[in-house]
Formats: sequence, C-alpha cells, structure tokens
Amino acid sequence: MHDAQPAVHHHTAPEGFIAKYVFSVDHKVIGLQYYGLALLAVFIGMVLSWLMRLHLGWGSLAIPGLHLLSRNGAPGNIMTPEYYLSLMTMHGTIMVFFVLTNAPLAGFGNYFLPIQVGAADMAFPRMNMMSFWVTFAAFITLMLSFFVGDGPPLSGWTAYATLSSVGGASGPGEATGQTFWAIAIALFCVGQLLGSLNFITTTLDLRAKGMTLARMPLTTWAWFITACIGLLAFADLLPACILLILDRSFGTSFFNPAGMVLNGQVTKYSGGSPLLWQHLFWFFGHPEVYIAIIPSFGIVSHILTVGARKPLLGGTRVMTGCILAAAFLSYMVWGHHMFLSGLNPFSAILFSVPTLIITIPFTVGVLMLIGTVYGAKLRFNTATLFSLGFISVFVSGGISGFFLAQPSIDIYLHATYFVVAHFHFVMAVASIFGIFAGTYFWMPKMIGRMMNETLGKVHFWLTFIGVYCIFMPMHYLGLAGNVRRYAAFTDNFLVPLIPVHKFITVAALATGAVQFIFLWNLFHTRFWGPKAPDNPWDATSLEWSTTSPPPFDNFGGRQLVVNHDAYQYGVEGPKDYIMQTDPAEAAGD
Amino acid sequence: MESDFHSKGKDIEVSESGAGAHAVIMEASPFGLQSKKLAIWLFIASDAVTFGVLLFGYSYLRLGSLDWSYPFKGASILNGFIMTVILLTSSLTMLAAVIAAKHDDKRRCLRWIGFTILLGTIFAVLHLREWFHMFGEGWAIYKNPLGGSPVFAAGFFGITGLHLLHVISGVIALSILAIRYNNGVLDKNHVETTSLYWHFVDLVWMFVFPIMYLMNAAR
Repeated sequence: MHDAQPAVHHHTAPEGFIAKYVFSVDHKVIGLQYYGLALLAVFIGMVLSWLMRLHLGWGSLAIPGLHLLSRNGAPGNIMTPEYYLSLMTMHGTIMVFFVLTNAPLAGFGNYFLPIQVGAADMAFPRMNMMSFWVTFAAFITLMLSFFVGDGPPLSGWTAYATLSSVGGASGPGEATGQTFWAIAIALFCVGQLLGSLNFITTTLDLRAKGMTLARMPLTTWAWFITACIGLLAFADLLPACILLILDRSFGTSFFNPAGMVLNGQVTKYSGGSPLLWQHLFWFFGHPEVYIAIIPSFGIVSHILTVGARKPLLGGTRVMTGCILAAAFLSYMVWGHHMFLSGLNPFSAILFSVPTLIITIPFTVGVLMLIGTVYGAKLRFNTATLFSLGFISVFVSGGISGFFLAQPSIDIYLHATYFVVAHFHFVMAVASIFGIFAGTYFWMPKMIGRMMNETLGKVHFWLTFIGVYCIFMPMHYLGLAGNVRRYAAFTDNFLVPLIPVHKFITVAALATGAVQFIFLWNLFHTRFWGPKAPDNPWDATSLEWSTTSPPPFDNFGGRQLVVNHDAYQYGVEGPKDYIMQTDPAEAAGD
Repeated sequence: MESDFHSKGKDIEVSESGAGAHAVIMEASPFGLQSKKLAIWLFIASDAVTFGVLLFGYSYLRLGSLDWSYPFKGASILNGFIMTVILLTSSLTMLAAVIAAKHDDKRRCLRWIGFTILLGTIFAVLHLREWFHMFGEGWAIYKNPLGGSPVFAAGFFGITGLHLLHVISGVIALSILAIRYNNGVLDKNHVETTSLYWHFVDLVWMFVFPIMYLMNAAR
C-alpha cells in the first residue's frame, strides 16, 4: 500500500491585521504580496530605463534631481558613463528577477495554483510566507545598493567576472554595491527554491478528487513545469553568487586569473577562470529566461481558450508537451550566450543545434494558439487583446532568436542592439503582456471588482503600438553595428544612428506614461470598481466555481469533485461551456 | 497530530482527528509519497545541483591548473578515511532509527538517533581539527603555503566547508527531531524525512572525499 499522506491543513481564518495581511500564510495574500512587489519593482525598473534612454538620446542632458540619487554618478545632474552602466545593471536585475520571475510565477501562481487544483492552500503555507519575505529582503538588499558605498554595481545583470570579482578597484559601485547585489541575488535564489518546493508538492499531492494531472488547466501545468526548472536553475545560481562573494571579499581566485593588473598593481589572484563564471551564470541564465516566459505562455493560452470559446488546438497535451520539450532543452543551450567568449568553435555547434531545436516546440505552441483563434468567434476583452498581442510580440521576438542561434551570424550581432531587441521583445514585452492579460483576467477574482474595459483597451492599443516603436528600430540599429551597453555613441559609424535613439527614447517615455493608465485602472478598480460576479468570463477552471474573492479556504470547506478537464468550451446546450465541477453526465469529456 | 488514511483504489481519503472529523477525498499523489517526504526529495535534488556546481567548478579549474598541489600525506588520508567510516556508520545508525520508528519503538529510535548525532558530531570535530591543523601550517581559503595554486585552498575549504555546514545543520536538525519526537510533536514520518537528508549528506561526502582528498594525495 502506498504510504501516501498528503499534507491536509485544518484551516481557521486568521485574525488581526498582521496575521491577515503581513505575515499571512494564506497563499492568496502571499500571491498578492508578490504581485505588489513586482508592481513596485516594474515602476522602479521603468524609471531606470527612462533615465538610460534620456542619456542615450541626449548625452549631455542634465536630468533634474539625478545628483540626489548619486553625487558621484551624476555631478551637476549629468550622468557619467559609469553611472549609466550602474543604472543599466539595476534595470536588468530588477526587471528579470523581481518582475519577470515574480509576477507571473510567484504572483499569479501562488494565488491560483492551489485553487486550480482544488486545494485549500499550498502544501507548506508557512514556508510559502517565508519565501515571500526572503524575496522581499532580497529586494531591499538590492535597493540598498543604490545608497551604500559608491553606488550600485556596473557589471550588468550578468555580473561578468572579472569586472565583478575583484572588488572596488574595477570601478564605481564594484566595492559595496556588487556585494549587496550578490547577497540580494543569493537571497532571491533561496526564496525561489522554497517557492518551487511548494509549487511542485502542491501540484502533485493536493489535487482534488477527479483532478487528474491530465485535467489540470494549462496555467497549472505551466507553473508546475516552471517550478521544476527553477528548482534546478536557482540551485546553480546560489553557489555561483557565493563563489563570487568569496572572490570579492575573501581573496579566493575562482574567477580571477593570474597576472591581472589593477590600478597599476599586479593582483595576487591565480588559477581562476572568468569563463567559469559565464558557464555557471548562463547554465542558470538560460533556464531563467524560460522561467520568465513559460508562465505567461500558459496564462495566455488559457485566456485565449476562454475568449475563443474553443479548446486549444491539439488540446492540453500538445501545448504541455511543447512546454516540457522547451523546458528540457533549456538546460542544453547555455553556450549560445558564449559564442564569442573564446570557446572551441566546435562547441558552438553543440549549443547552436539544440538552440535551433528549441525553436520547434515554441513554434508549434504559437501555431496551436493561432489555430485555436482561427475560426473562433472571439470575445474581445482586454485580457484577450493582450493575449493576441502576446502572439504578435512573441513571434517578433522569437524570430530574431533564430538569427542569434547561429554562431556565424551571432559573431556580428552579439552584444549589439539586435540582441537587446530580441530579449526585450520576448521578455519585456511578451512576458509582460502575459502579466497584463492575467491581471485583467484574474483581477475580478482576486479583489472582487471588475476592471474598467475602456481604460484597459486604451492601455492595450497604446502599449502595443508603443513597444513596437521602441524595440523594432533596435533590430536595425543592431544590424548597423550599434554596440550595446555603451553610454554614448561617438564613433563615426554610430553618430548617424543617434536620431533613431532619440525616436526610441520618445517612444519609451510615451509608452511608459501610458502605463499610468493601467496603474490608475488598478487603483480605481480597487476602491470604486463594480462588483464582480463569480464567473464573469464564463470560464471553466476551478477558480471560477468559487466566489470573487474566494473565501479564506478557497472553496468554503465543500468537497470538490472534478469531472471534466478545463477546456470544455463550445459545447451544445444552454451554456456553451462545462465547468470542471459540473456533473459528469454533462456532454463532452 | 496524527492522520489516518486508507486508500480506495486511486483515491485517498484523509480524515483528521482532533477538531472534528473532516474527511477530504483527494487524488492520489503519483509518487505515493507524503508531502514532506516529496519536499525533502526536491530539496535534495536542488542541493545536489548546488554541490554539483561547486564540484564542477573545482574540476574545471583543476584541469586547467599548471601548479596544482598534492599536500595530503598518509595522516590526512587516514583521518579522511576515518571520517568516511564514521559518516557511513552514522547513516547505518540513522537507518536503524527509522526502522525502530516504523515499529513505533520510540525508545530504541531515540537511542539510534542519539548515536547518529554523536557520530555526526565526531565527524565535525575531526574535520575542524584537520582544518585548524592546516591553518597552523599556513593554509587559508585564499592562501596555499606550498606555493601552488590558490584554487586548491579555495576549493578545498569552500567545498568541505559547505559540506561541514550541512553536517552541522543535520546534527542540529536531528537534535530537534529527537526532542520533538520524544514529545510526540513529530512522528515516525518526520524521522524518515530527516533521515533522507542525513543520507544525502553522507552521499555528498562519498563524492567529496575521493575528489578532494584521494585525488590530492601526496605523490
């Protein structure tokens, strides 16, 4: 007999402000806390991008108040090149970690994974609470790097050795700032590892009666697979950060080779390899970007079936298979970030081939989405619009990936704006569109009020046009040879490109301003939005079979029995859908 | 808090004694594992990756090194061998503890946990003794007094240090387990879950010892 004993929690409602809203063990509160943290982080990251873009378009511009942020970095309010790199580093770090890993996975996943499998909470509620507060501590540590020592690090979110591994001698921000960065990221890894444990255990162990793995909605599958990726990926970044701290603060030479001369003095390091950092970082880094996109992919697929009133083309099986294939392959391609690092040229083939293979499951997935929408009578609400927009921007960003996957082309395009365009389209735009879609879709459930559709549609169209204006020209810039991570463009082949940068800057500022429409919508909805019904979208998954917002134990203590999968749409009968908890005699399945 | 269960085909009926009988029928976990055990296996997987990354990095740098050191003479190897035997024995005593717990023999189980704690502590003491002997000879995490590659020192102290941290955490965890199992707060499943962690720590040592000690034996 199985010694199977799932964790069952006898829930009593928490009392008191601290227990209910601060140190809450309720996955719904924790999910909202993660989402709130991501919202704060994205606005900080966006402001940083505005500062960067202003400097790139108008290099001698004095930005009022900048010297308050950093006296050394912006004397007279004019950004130094080093400070530009510092702002770039923080922009990347905040966005990749605290926005793209937090919101779609930890935010929505924490809120909806237990509900979608029919559980009363996550498997380990207290560990869930710990994982949020560890992540929050990581965020504070990272933010402190702005204000300690001589500012934040300037080595990029990739923190390449040896720039990052020798301490203060390599530049402003590299003393205390980089150490704070490394500690913050190490803490973040711990938080994510704890979260992954919870997600995986909850998915496998706490499903309601009848909720077989095959009947789980795509979003649950996406969160589950992402958690599996994260479990192994963050377990790689954590020791890498610890080795970095050892090199910086304890004089070790993991990443520092012999014979380095810093400030005119020969250093005492010996035996280390900067390439080791690149291997360790990218072995984490590539799965990380899939962690950033897969939940959004799941969310968008899920929302499109609701909007199209049709199950996915190929069913849950094909899409899940695509995501699984991509997740598996994601561990084999890290070297495509290192084509120009001096590795044996034959190794480039070893990495290029799986990278090109990875395009296949993603392409199949996108084709499944397009095929689902094809011929459907779409219900156009903001969530559906952002999901359609996701398809567009994901294809736009993905296609540039085909180019970059080939070493011969990458020799020219590596570290140019072509790469910047690629990853911003797939991460900053596509993944964020997934977050927006999820927000408009699930906000009624989470706070019990409907968001304003008009504001939502304005938000969508202006953002959609805006992101194309920002990132499409970057492909051209890259092909023209515009190197990335430059604070200024003074070479004779770069100066003619500055007008393009100015255009991009204006587009970025405008698109950023549009996001305040979204913020206003959220705020207005929270206090004055119309009350949301239990199932405003006529959707089938378990979250729509409970109240908006759900009670503290998600289903009011009733025994759930699941009889259908999550994609019974377009069925015959008085309503065109069958909820997962509807009786088994209903047609379909 | 004890929970009874019995499985009916593919479903599992779980009822909690205590605050009223509250039966919840759920889908069977595909691995037939209780949640805490599954969680420990997942944690072990991630910790294995962590150690794997460190051992990979160490090997990568060692293969590229031109001035590697081979400092471990007979006494060090013998010390390491004794430490290995002690840790392997502690896994055996932990296994005995789990078997005793399965038979609900609390007294015997606690005795075996006690032996495991003792052996783990001896391991840590021997390890620290060796470290301080090396410090006395001029070793540090950043310094190789033999003039060879400093990566040797960094790798050795870093990796064995992380392992030692796991051993000490394990000893603390076992102590807490023993106290709470005695009080009835924790049950035999917790004994088994903690034993999984301890076996993992032992398994890691079976990689660390050959790689860090035997391969660096004085030639």
